Amino acid sequence: MTVSVDTPSIAFPHRHLLGIDQLSPFEIEGLLDLADGFVALNRQVEKKLSTLRGRTQINLFFEASTRTQSSFELAGKRLGADVMNMSVGSSSVKKGETLLDTAVTLHAMHPDLIVVRHHSAGAVELLAKKVGCSVVNAGDGAHEHPTQALLDALTIRRHKGTLQGLVVAICGDVLHSRVARSNIGLLNAMGARVRVIAPSTLLPTAIDRLGVEVFRDIRSGIENADVVMMLRLQRERMQGALVPSVREYFHYFGLDAEKLKLAKPDALVMHPGPMNRGVEIDSDVADGPQSVIREQVEMGVAVRMAVLDALARNLPNA
Amino acid sequence: MSEETKSSNVKPGDVKPVWGAPERFERERVAPIGFYNARIVDPAADRDERGGLLIQAGKIADVGAHLGPDSFPAGADVIDARGSVVAPGLIDMRVFTGEPGFEHRETIASASRAAAAGGVTTMICMPDTDPVIEDVAMVDYVQRLARGTSLVRVRPMAALTRGLQGSAITEIGLLSAAGAVAFTNGRRPITNAQTMRRALTYARDFDALIVHHPEDPDLVGEGVMHEGEMSTRLGLTGIPAEAETVMLSRDLKLVGLAGGRYHAAQLSAARSLTTLRRAKERGLPVTAGVSINNLTLNENDIGAYRTFVKLSPPLRSEEDRRGLVEALADGLIDVIVSSHDPQDVETKRHPFAEAENGAIGLETLLAAALRLYHSDDVPLIRLIDALSTRPARMLGLNGGSLQPGRPADVIHLDADMPWIVDLGALSSRSKNTPFEDARMQGRVLRTIVAGRTVYDYRSL
Repeated sequence: MTVSVDTPSIAFPHRHLLGIDQLSPFEIEGLLDLADGFVALNRQVEKKLSTLRGRTQINLFFEASTRTQSSFELAGKRLGADVMNMSVGSSSVKKGETLLDTAVTLHAMHPDLIVVRHHSAGAVELLAKKVGCSVVNAGDGAHEHPTQALLDALTIRRHKGTLQGLVVAICGDVLHSRVARSNIGLLNAMGARVRVIAPSTLLPTAIDRLGVEVFRDIRSGIENADVVMMLRLQRERMQGALVPSVREYFHYFGLDAEKLKLAKPDALVMHPGPMNRGVEIDSDVADGPQSVIREQVEMGVAVRMAVLDALARNLPNA
Repeated sequence: MSEETKSSNVKPGDVKPVWGAPERFERERVAPIGFYNARIVDPAADRDERGGLLIQAGKIADVGAHLGPDSFPAGADVIDARGSVVAPGLIDMRVFTGEPGFEHRETIASASRAAAAGGVTTMICMPDTDPVIEDVAMVDYVQRLARGTSLVRVRPMAALTRGLQGSAITEIGLLSAAGAVAFTNGRRPITNAQTMRRALTYARDFDALIVHHPEDPDLVGEGVMHEGEMSTRLGLTGIPAEAETVMLSRDLKLVGLAGGRYHAAQLSAARSLTTLRRAKERGLPVTAGVSINNLTLNENDIGAYRTFVKLSPPLRSEEDRRGLVEALADGLIDVIVSSHDPQDVETKRHPFAEAENGAIGLETLLAAALRLYHSDDVPLIRLIDALSTRPARMLGLNGGSLQPGRPADVIHLDADMPWIVDLGALSSRSKNTPFEDARMQGRVLRTIVAGRTVYDYRSL
């Protein structure tokens, strides 16, 4: 049985997806249009396409991740690819030596697509130079996580119709966040107004040069926002010289129902997950009517299908 | 340095026992070499003029405008050096060779070939070897090794603290007598201010030079590049300029207290220069160096995570680079070093944050420095001063000058010859150059150590 889905032809002249900064607004729109079609498909009973039949996709994760890895796995399988997961525990990794050795090993297996997550910025790009297939960056250090930004954009666009002119407030640990960097890049490219909200210890130097407004208190930062994106604050960063305590952090940067009232009444609440309930976000809000957090997960599969599809169109013998 | 702060048992310039291959050369019978029509650049005599040079029996025999094609003895190798430069050979104060302990990266022999090809006639080797150069036997060993294998002169710096651990000081007196030209903790800063104070105080009694890499490890933290917009965009942890300025300020204050001779090995931040200038104006016995990389490259050269430009101190902003160039031109920064640091594939082919610091540089040092001459930022005589004459003076070496009687460590260079850095053609055993495929202008035609030609461009 064949399934039909609207897969528009798009311009996507890239062999890899390494970061948002390589994409033009036109290409981003194209990927989102393509993903829209996959959202519809994913809601049907029969979800399987044969677009990637015969193709091999390897998910190579140097950093543990349940949701991103399963999202990519599902995306590949729904497009008909053979998907293999490789988790390389960071403890067993003898630094980058294994990265390049692994690249050479994988290359010899003739994969068509490799999805890589690594704890070091630039690692995915390094690997991409050593293999003959297409590489998707599933997160490299504090650098980029392009499919997360794309799925966030898709979620927003489906609710608001456009990204143009929206005020998007990104709140939390921007310093260590690849999600923030990719989102800042994408949202600026699409004409949104981006704010970041964080204590100065969790903001990278010269962040304003990336085209954002900086706020040091969530109350002022989310005023009249159309979208509030909360970032995860890792537990080990909650004590010490970056943030003194969870209590103080939540007071100034945590999102609860009362603070959310300062944003626009129809503001969307987003979180890339996994959430620290009670640290950066209150459960009332996370599960409330304005939250689109679960929808983000759904959009994740569709966006990753779009990315894999777009890249596969440029593969040899496509 | 000021006389008040000097109290020495060993006078700088005292002829210490000289070892190394060049002494072999002095015993060999080599034909005299004569240059005429050359641009003679000799910072020691403040000379930059047309003239000739005669080398005989391993020494400079004569120099000056009076030397013409007929001034040289029969049998001499006579060169019409029209349009090219004759200058004292370079003295590179910061060379990591890898021998002993890391011979797969570089041996003294392979480093010396790179040095000869780059116009470096004296390499000052860092003590960061395995074992560390921290006792008389090791100083002796390295010099003996060099005598047997090196094309150029080699003098070691010894460890300032035992095992480079930053706590107990080494035998500064005995090590000086054995041939160590200065004392340093190499790549590792001394964090304990009390240790630094005592080292400076003790070293003063021997007029020994302390060479330090001022960079606060806590402020560096997990940083891997200059902190700024670029590090934010790349998602890499930054190193603020204050990692350098904070420790430099501490060191300079301690020099004021203790009085020993202090040399900041390589500065990277423009903000360090005000502190340095103030200390020099106060008459403190302080000097500073800069790596050729920080003079000719900036943070943007990291591009897409190029680990060959991952350095310590890091490449900083263009404003910092401009500041360093100006400070070099006016003499505030005394010397230029290559910071030659061979690293191989296992340590460099990693994601940026996980790769080792360091770049090779012996062979490209002079050519890269000439960029500053061609851009009209630094006069040629000042470059040679920073690359040869001042290091000689600071280290108490006899070279760095073209005066008659001095050792014939001389380079003949074409300051304009264009060439492209070809990785395969480099002599170093490791190929981690930040200047891969770079366009250079200016090339050494001949390198002479103790009167013998150790590199000749024409023979390639």
